[in-house]
Amino acid sequence: MFEFIIFGTLVIVGYTVGSRREAAHYKSIEEREKQLLYLPVRANKAIYHQAQQTQLMMASVVVANDYFKTVATSVKSFFGGQIRSQESLLDRARREATLRLKQKARVWGAVEVIGFRMDTCMIENAGVEIFVYGTAIKNDSL
Amino acid sequence: MTLTTLELVPGHKIVEHFGVISGSTVRAKHIGKDFLAGFKNIIGGELTGYTELMEESRNQAIQRMKDQALQKGANAILGVRFATSDIAPGAAEVFAYGTAVRIEKNV
Repeated sequence: MFEFIIFGTLVIVGYTVGSRREAAHYKSIEEREKQLLYLPVRANKAIYHQAQQTQLMMASVVVANDYFKTVATSVKSFFGGQIRSQESLLDRARREATLRLKQKARVWGAVEVIGFRMDTCMIENAGVEIFVYGTAIKNDSL
Repeated sequence: MTLTTLELVPGHKIVEHFGVISGSTVRAKHIGKDFLAGFKNIIGGELTGYTELMEESRNQAIQRMKDQALQKGANAILGVRFATSDIAPGAAEVFAYGTAVRIEKNV
């Protein structure tokens, strides 16, 4: 009985706090994405500018599931199918990492980031890491 | 030492090629950081301790790759790539690789 109360509390706390934090995070991501929209990030490597400097840029974020998502996932994985709560977690993490990369590139004075790559790594019993990297291009002639 | 994910360095020409080089490091989790992670696993969110840990490991892997390049007499690493794998419970390998070359400024 006591165990059940703890379990229920964790699920409720996970759901209420977790979903509020997720909503706040999405809001902040969208705001920052708008601010950094002028700085293009692309996966190809063609260089269009004439005189320039380059710099390797990296950014990463490790995110954890909330308790509700963990429970929901284990229930869902019994039946199979799409697990939306996990998708939103990874989406947030990827966008956050990309934003951090862009922020670093902006501080350095980049006009764009090219050769962009993404990497995902599981950290057991803790969370998942999203790591992004690319080459920032600075145009000295500007 | 110039590092880039591109196949060239703008304004420079490649004068010597030294082949593929790599650097890696294997790191284990930290108990203190793990305790906080347990709490974060209830409410969700970023695990800042782990973000820092991975950043440190990656910097070390890059440093090792650079050392190898320097030993060969290179001054740039082109086409840098990263890979990560969990090789044992609680331990992750961070791996960086690229092509070591010597470049000279175009005149």
